[in-house]
Amino acid sequence: MSLTDTVEKNQGLIDEVLEAYPEKAKKKRARHLSVHKEGEKDCGVKSNVKSLPGVMTIRGCAYAGSKGVVWGPIKDMIHISHGPVGCGYYSWSGRRNYYIGTTGIDSFGTMQFTSDFQERDIVFGGDKKLGTLIDEIEELFPLNKGISVQSECPIGLIGDDIEAVSRAKAKEYGKPVIPVRCEGFRGVSQSLGHHIANDAIRDWVFEKEGNATPVEQTPYDVTVIGDYNIGGDAWSSRILLEEIGLRVVAQWSGDGTIAELENTPRAKVNLIHCYRSMNYIARHMEEKYGIPWVEYNFFGPTQIEKSLRKIASLFDEKIQENAEKVIAQYRPLVDATIEKYKSRLDGKKVMLYVGGLRPRHVVGAYEDLGMEVTGTGYEFAHKDDYQRTTDYIGEGTLVYDDVTGYEFEKFVEAMQPDLVASGIKEKYVFQKMGMPFRQMHSWDYSGPYHGYDGFTIFARDMDMAINNPIWSQVKAPWDK
Amino acid sequence: MPQSADKVLDHGKLFREDEYKDMLTRKKVEFEQGHSDVKVQEIVDWTKTEEYKEKNFARKALTVNPTKACQPLGAVFAAQGFEDTLPFVHGSQGCVAYYRTHLTRHFKEPNSAVSSSMTEDAAVFGGLNNMIDGLANAYALYKPKMIAVSTTCMAEVIGDDLHGFIENAKKKESIPEDFPVPFAHTPAFVGSHVVGYDNAMKGILMNFWNGQEGMRKENDQINVIPGFDGFCVGNNRELKRLFGEMGLKALILGDNADNYDTPTDGTYRMYDGGTKLDDVKEAIHAKATVSLQEYCTTQTLSYARGEGHQVEKFNYPMGLSATDSLIMKLSEISGKEIPDSIKLERGRLVDAMADSHALFHGKRFAIYGDPDFCMGMSQFLMELGAEPVHVLSTGGTKKWAKAQKALLESSPYGASGQAYPGKDLWHMRSLLFTDPVDFIIGNSYGKYLERDTGTPLIRLTYPIFDRHHHHRFPTMGYQGAINVMVRILDRIFEVADLDTIDTAVTDYSFDLVK
Repeated sequence: MSLTDTVEKNQGLIDEVLEAYPEKAKKKRARHLSVHKEGEKDCGVKSNVKSLPGVMTIRGCAYAGSKGVVWGPIKDMIHISHGPVGCGYYSWSGRRNYYIGTTGIDSFGTMQFTSDFQERDIVFGGDKKLGTLIDEIEELFPLNKGISVQSECPIGLIGDDIEAVSRAKAKEYGKPVIPVRCEGFRGVSQSLGHHIANDAIRDWVFEKEGNATPVEQTPYDVTVIGDYNIGGDAWSSRILLEEIGLRVVAQWSGDGTIAELENTPRAKVNLIHCYRSMNYIARHMEEKYGIPWVEYNFFGPTQIEKSLRKIASLFDEKIQENAEKVIAQYRPLVDATIEKYKSRLDGKKVMLYVGGLRPRHVVGAYEDLGMEVTGTGYEFAHKDDYQRTTDYIGEGTLVYDDVTGYEFEKFVEAMQPDLVASGIKEKYVFQKMGMPFRQMHSWDYSGPYHGYDGFTIFARDMDMAINNPIWSQVKAPWDK
Repeated sequence: MPQSADKVLDHGKLFREDEYKDMLTRKKVEFEQGHSDVKVQEIVDWTKTEEYKEKNFARKALTVNPTKACQPLGAVFAAQGFEDTLPFVHGSQGCVAYYRTHLTRHFKEPNSAVSSSMTEDAAVFGGLNNMIDGLANAYALYKPKMIAVSTTCMAEVIGDDLHGFIENAKKKESIPEDFPVPFAHTPAFVGSHVVGYDNAMKGILMNFWNGQEGMRKENDQINVIPGFDGFCVGNNRELKRLFGEMGLKALILGDNADNYDTPTDGTYRMYDGGTKLDDVKEAIHAKATVSLQEYCTTQTLSYARGEGHQVEKFNYPMGLSATDSLIMKLSEISGKEIPDSIKLERGRLVDAMADSHALFHGKRFAIYGDPDFCMGMSQFLMELGAEPVHVLSTGGTKKWAKAQKALLESSPYGASGQAYPGKDLWHMRSLLFTDPVDFIIGNSYGKYLERDTGTPLIRLTYPIFDRHHHHRFPTMGYQGAINVMVRILDRIFEVADLDTIDTAVTDYSFDLVK
């Protein structure tokens, strides 16, 4: 099919799918669906606006963005899900942010701490309970290095002053106690939660006197920002940075610690993987401490090489030479991986729908395996993400922002990709259709996918999904 | 460089390679600024003590690792047991993403529910427009036969009036006037998911039964309400088979089995199975309504009683005598004789229990989960000759604790048992250290207790995220009881074998025949 045909066909598909909506919703959804045309600056879609009620958005909330994504992985702090029991329960240990530590003693990542609000707390306020709760944490979990208070919806509605409680308790215990106003009704998706969480770090970590001993500085100090160590991603990235001679003084926030956060302003460069969730703090550090930041992409060898060279270019020749050495050193692994899997995946088509980074960042990794991304979209991207996306996708790609359950089902049905790569809520919908699927938030319990070591796993997983024998058995043989 | 295309190492092995181990040690030593290993060990040891347990049990404000979720999860579950029903949760949208994720991770099935996506402006002005637009959109896109509305805590705190909103939406023609939109207020700060199930179930029944006052003509049908059950797929089918054996006219109200077990055959079914809406309407004429989980149906049963039904309640009937009671009660209500085929099934269960009794005798168990599950499970263990020791339910009330305690006292095997209402899995951790047991029965969250205390875990209740397919097999009925028994037995045998697996050390007891 020629490119013009694809563009026309996909536009037709969008028009057809929109027909199902009531008039008002149709008009609104139309702005979020587009067929990418070369030269367009932002994929032609509107983003970061409210989801329509009743359409089955895949998005989450600000609390999910703060507690679930940004703060939750800081392993030596205790993150209180402040409010009713559910939010903490559903987000308990579901994201696979790997860490190493003695859970319940000096690390707390796979635990759920909640104030389990009752009716009386709603009526009379929960500040007193919060204070008592922090006392109890200090008594029972004395090795915690700090506490964050992750607000659930009611907190902001009943007028609690969690800032006052936090200030008082921080003083009393000489530890960071950080109030985060990430009530789920704020903003339109997880995204505002990321922003609020970043701001809380700015105001309640950077602006306070912490307990960390300042790390000794070297010219090669960098940080990894916006890597949540899903399946160990930050580790398979860190190893490459160390191999080119850099020193990673902090991980944000996968397998991270409060000391690493506090020491971050001492780094030479901040390296940003997930731009969407952590660009705010990187910009702040640039402004306030003069620390430059650079985006990188460790999915797939093409992007890894590009990123290693880009990062090395900020340092001296030694580092640049090291980068070339590391690229060469991993070349046999890359070649062997591509040799093994490309013939099995060449020409296969993928449709993506993920959060705020991967809908563009993983495109190169698929292309390294000979695959083609025919549709992509984000849950909570902003305009600057769609601008960046244009570097990755080609003419005719279907782009869907904050896709609804209905739209995604219809798009996939019509486009018949060889793989759908999205989240757990989408997984079984498409598998029922007989469509291979990989979860691209949790790596479907696999990973890491970052770095060279991760790429080989990624390649294996895509092959495993697409070429699994079960997909030829979906129809009963007597129905053929 | 440990990775290779020939032998792909993923996270389980990759990070144990020297390169990574060294790297992680450097990270820890140079940057994490953690506590010394000695200090960590000191606190580890302290948390195992009686002193720590006392402090732990003195907690008044803090909950750590609870065994309960919030109301709307139960409401969504209840709604999904009805024909072509779309759960619609009024309030913040993130909640719905969480419920869908949670249920999907357990059943490995799609889960459809929508939100009214209220944001800050709705917090100020109320969510009426969200309801009006939301119902219109959901109705147009997903073509349900019923939309069951429940609420997140946001909508409850601001006090949205569901009834008025829904009427308003109908006036605005979001949905047809006669389209069923049952609703239930399900505040997350009251009760737990079992209460949410109750409220939603009652709301659905009220939607169909109200307005039929005085028209009830009692027939011989028995309504059966299963309650929130992670094993509903296996259980509801097994129950229906048993009803068939008995020749009962029985209707499951809220039958999630088919909706949570759709085939992969090329067609995605957004809805499948469920109790037919016409049948729900007719169910008011039933002679009796039987709940399999008392604490999931307090309000619902009292409503059914008010409508003139004989009501009966069970506590997750599992095992021999609980199944006996259920079968006999159904026989008594219906007047139908219990057929020989069921007696045969019973005999087979007794046979299996007799065969394995030596393995269970005196084994000590900790149980946690929903209130009804705790009761059903402990009753079965006691009749196997095992001893429920710690029985804990964060969602359990004082009333539950009393009933649970009475149950334990009804058998000599329950003599060392204690009920813990409102306590959580961090309390359980203390109990497992200060008063150890042989096994834990619970859900996937128990794996951290297993790791900390070395007590083997058996996953027999929702949610089970880290094992596949168990929910497809019944735990109720005589055959379900055999399934449950075999799950426990397998773990007992595995533990015994692992305990004696050292060559030239424990060659004895590593027995081929048991």
